[in-house]
Amino acid sequence: MATNVIMPQMGESVAEGTVTKWLKKIGERVERDEPLFEISTDKVDAEIPSPAAGVLAQILVKESETVAVNTVVAVINGEGAAVVPPQAKAETVSSPSVPPPAPPAAAAAPPVAAGSVAPPTPPGEVRSSPLVRRIAEEYGVDLAQVHGTGLGGRVSKKDILDYVEQQSGAGQGAAAASQPSAQAAPPIQAPGPTPAPVAPQMVFTGPTQVVPMTPMRQKIAEHMVTSKRTSAHVYTVYEIEMTRVVEMRERHKNEFERRNALKLSYTPFFVRAAVEAIKQVPIINSSVDGTNIIYKRDVNVGIAVALESGLIVPVIKRADEKNFLGIARAVHDLAERARTKRLSVDDVQGGTFTITNPGSFGGLFGLPIINQPQVAILGVGAIEKRPVVRDDAIAIRSMVYLSLSYDHRVVDGAVAEQFLTKVKKNLESWDEPVL
Amino acid sequence: MPTLTYLDAIRQGIWEEMERDPSVFLLGEDIGAFGGAFKVTAGMLEKFGEDRVIDTPISESAIVGAAVGAALMGMRPVVEMQFMDFIACGFDQIVNMAAKIHYRWGPAVPIVIRGPSGAGVHGGPFHSQSNEMWFVHTPGLKVVMPATAYDAKGLIKAAIRDENPVIFYEHKFLYRRIKEEIPSEDYVVPLGKAAVRREGRDITVITYGAMVWTALEAAQELEKEGISLEVVDLRSLLPYDEELVLASVRKCSKVILLHEDTRTGGMAGELAALIAEKAFDDLDGPLLRVTAPDTPVPFSPPLEEYFLPTAQKVIGAARKLAAY
Repeated sequence: MATNVIMPQMGESVAEGTVTKWLKKIGERVERDEPLFEISTDKVDAEIPSPAAGVLAQILVKESETVAVNTVVAVINGEGAAVVPPQAKAETVSSPSVPPPAPPAAAAAPPVAAGSVAPPTPPGEVRSSPLVRRIAEEYGVDLAQVHGTGLGGRVSKKDILDYVEQQSGAGQGAAAASQPSAQAAPPIQAPGPTPAPVAPQMVFTGPTQVVPMTPMRQKIAEHMVTSKRTSAHVYTVYEIEMTRVVEMRERHKNEFERRNALKLSYTPFFVRAAVEAIKQVPIINSSVDGTNIIYKRDVNVGIAVALESGLIVPVIKRADEKNFLGIARAVHDLAERARTKRLSVDDVQGGTFTITNPGSFGGLFGLPIINQPQVAILGVGAIEKRPVVRDDAIAIRSMVYLSLSYDHRVVDGAVAEQFLTKVKKNLESWDEPVL
Repeated sequence: MPTLTYLDAIRQGIWEEMERDPSVFLLGEDIGAFGGAFKVTAGMLEKFGEDRVIDTPISESAIVGAAVGAALMGMRPVVEMQFMDFIACGFDQIVNMAAKIHYRWGPAVPIVIRGPSGAGVHGGPFHSQSNEMWFVHTPGLKVVMPATAYDAKGLIKAAIRDENPVIFYEHKFLYRRIKEEIPSEDYVVPLGKAAVRREGRDITVITYGAMVWTALEAAQELEKEGISLEVVDLRSLLPYDEELVLASVRKCSKVILLHEDTRTGGMAGELAALIAEKAFDDLDGPLLRVTAPDTPVPFSPPLEEYFLPTAQKVIGAARKLAAY
């Protein structure tokens, strides 16, 4: 049986997706649920598992082509399958420079003529049963000519016995012509060429290379510009002493990993410190809707994760209800799934506050852009030992810069300072057990 | 011909064999003065005396051991398990002694171990089991389970006359529910032979014990829908009637394997393997099992009802298979 592979709908509001990579070649075998191709949508990048086991017979949507959800993108031939061309409506909805998919040549089942000498379909390609195949062999019946009434068009014992009886009764080969299943489906009409939109002519001197943005890149670009246009960004930076947290992490990291099979990173410390501060300064966890301020009861903390090809922000849901270990586990799980492209749409939705970590690449601090429709984003710089003044002496301490970008439409400077002061206090006088 | 219940048919079979052969005697808990928990041996003490109807201590191991010894000395003991659930206490004597003595030393062990099994009477997990597969998996034994009164009498007589140890499962749900006219003259139902209870065309249901009636009920219902079930009653589980099973499979090409026993490692799995090995080219659909789930038998009546295969469950499987 041939199985059509469709572009899945990755979330309610997602209307289209781009095939970014085929993981199997035509003619290659694929198991059910084995990753078949990678897609990129507005929301997530994901690996799509094969809906059936069999051989990848056709690829109808090429890499980097964008099609509407539910478009047939490939055909898998299972065992005992007849090749049926899918009723594909594979119209490309973007990338007009990419040629539309060619009609799958030679995909149509050969038309069966009455009493013709058309080569019989190998019995393996029609769904039947051991018994039916045996009967077909005994009577010399081409199973492709038998109308199957069983599950999924399977040719049952009754079907083939009826057929044999009909054949012997109606004379040689006369009945075969009327078998509706033998009709070849019409070939797919290739959509005509679409005129390319007129793009502004850019002037460069010197050699260039033009690389189309990935869908993720396009979305990031769009979101960033929208955010800058939407929110009145203001920034504040705090220097925070991390000695206590660093010591705590050093002291407990081995035991923590042994107990939880989880590396003890700094991220959960920052998440916990921020969540506790948000509980006291709830405006940080709000959004703007026209002239209303919407306070969110759940604190869902997005964690920016850098990927090779871009950036994604999976969300720790109800971070306010999780203890340290719960946060640590959620951070690890989301980051891991982000990197292996196994995030679901739900994983990247519903954030109420975001933490980003330019420090992991060495940045002293960053001034991040707010992740809409949120009103604040915390940037975590690199933790470094620095000379600082303590009791009029120069001391060596582990220090970090935390930056807060906030939306001045609803968060005033004093409130932002209040928030960061609490974060600072939570980190400098850390008292939550990590084990 | 007199009409007898399933229970009375067994009683009459034992009675006749005791009259016919003085080496036949009975052992069991409360089988004498009390006549047995289900009254299968009622009146036998009075008729045959306490040398041949022996009330034993409550020790299945000792009862079976004594029977094995007696059999080796030329007797034909018929042992009653008050419930077949309790047979586990005599397990070693059955599987390591009775089943293997002939293989190791040559002498025959003509014993019958019989008793009530099966659910449907709200007996709970210790009084409702279908544990026949413990013994079907033991070479050297024979295992029998009649579904009708005629067979119950014919099979108990055949079991008593057989030279091998026979585990004889009586279904307690059928004891007084099944009535049948039984011939007055002596007859036996041969061990190892199945029977077609109902001829059909589309799907064969292979089953045994009380489920034969469940299958027949389903068949009657499905007839209205134009689905024709054939019902095969195995009667003997070890050895089972391979020939008849395969013939029925070849005729209908679709198969439901039905039993009251739990699913995993049940008779249905054994038959499925046989059919796949020997009749693969005759199959026109998947082999479907309708069995109890893999749990103890629940005491709660609604749960027990859920646990047991019913005609409705057979009908569901048959519809699925018919549409396949």
